Amino acid sequence: MPPPDRRAFLLQTGKLLVLTASAAAAWDYVMAGEPEKTPDYDAAAHWWAMVIDVERCIGCGLCVRACKTENHVSLEPDCFRTWVERYEIDPDDPDHPHVTSPNGGYDGFPPVTNEGVKTFFVPKLCNQCADSPCVQVCPVGATFQTPDGVVLVDKDYCLGCRYCVQACPYGCRYIDPETHTADKCTLCYHRITRGLKPACVEICPTGARSLGDLKDPNDPIHEFLRTHKVHVLKPQMATHPKTFYNGLDGAVR
Amino acid sequence: MARFSSYEHLLRLAALFAVGIALFAGLRWLLVPADYGLIGPYRASALTQNQAHPIVYAGRLACIDCHSDVADVLKANAHARVGCESCHGALAAHAADPGVTAIRPDVRTTCAICHVPDTAKPAGFKTVNFAEHAGAESCSSCHQPHAPRP
Repeated sequence: MPPPDRRAFLLQTGKLLVLTASAAAAWDYVMAGEPEKTPDYDAAAHWWAMVIDVERCIGCGLCVRACKTENHVSLEPDCFRTWVERYEIDPDDPDHPHVTSPNGGYDGFPPVTNEGVKTFFVPKLCNQCADSPCVQVCPVGATFQTPDGVVLVDKDYCLGCRYCVQACPYGCRYIDPETHTADKCTLCYHRITRGLKPACVEICPTGARSLGDLKDPNDPIHEFLRTHKVHVLKPQMATHPKTFYNGLDGAVR
Repeated sequence: MARFSSYEHLLRLAALFAVGIALFAGLRWLLVPADYGLIGPYRASALTQNQAHPIVYAGRLACIDCHSDVADVLKANAHARVGCESCHGALAAHAADPGVTAIRPDVRTTCAICHVPDTAKPAGFKTVNFAEHAGAESCSSCHQPHAPRP
């Protein structure tokens, strides 16, 4: 038998370490007398993405409220994991769209009834970039991409240095006023790993938001992406976002 | 042997290196969490911590478990897509223990969340001026929220 090469050895060791870690995690539940609560979720089998259908958004703000409730997001100003913007574009001045988002759309929007102005709602949230700047700049490894493609924050390990808040081209991060650490959309990681939809998707009354698993060949997201002209925000940043927008206007940044 | 007579300075250097390396290894062991780097350049337990967050919205499937009669009515009409908790609010506590009463939503306020007029809403979405359309009348005098056609 030829001696194993270094690559194979490192791979084997790595797998062994990961398995030992998950076994140790499972053992904690067994010892606590709740073996059924052992996480049997296989992160490597998923690659989560989000689809936003702009043409369905009615700006009701239910997603903003649901997100804050589900994730205990602070009600203080500028603390949003998701928010809704309303664009008003005057055809005489298309380069300067008027964008409003009163309290992130938490209380809905004061109605506009000005005819002749192009106007629509755009929900925003973390784009779960495959190459995310926020992960790259974190000096301590407190923000990272999970094996299933979600960018998370380790709130116990975060220093609150705010590098990631500045690095995000989409403005999706904020500093939690209670813990003074970075916070952002987790795609409701606690829900999607238990087979539920994120709170905003669950609550959206028009189906403007949907979660998809790009690694699941039977997921309807593949059909949607094939049959619709979708776009991502700021593709020039080369962040490779996994939040796809259908019917996105060129004015949206 | 004369060549190796003065090697004390090398021993001192070696001792210094040994202390330095031991100090580095000790500090690293103290400061770096045990599960750091198991999956990637982060604490592996941060995943489990994020997963451990409590669930507040039960989700449609949990509602249908008991309220399948309402789900059957909903299925055939315009509100088929609307999540139960969009109108009824977060009800994971109620789903876990039916003894926890679910609050009945105020009809007019709840309808208005979506159906107030706004030109930013997509074409075809049904909106209505509530005051002109119904005065002070409750929406549910004519429309059933689970089967909204009049």
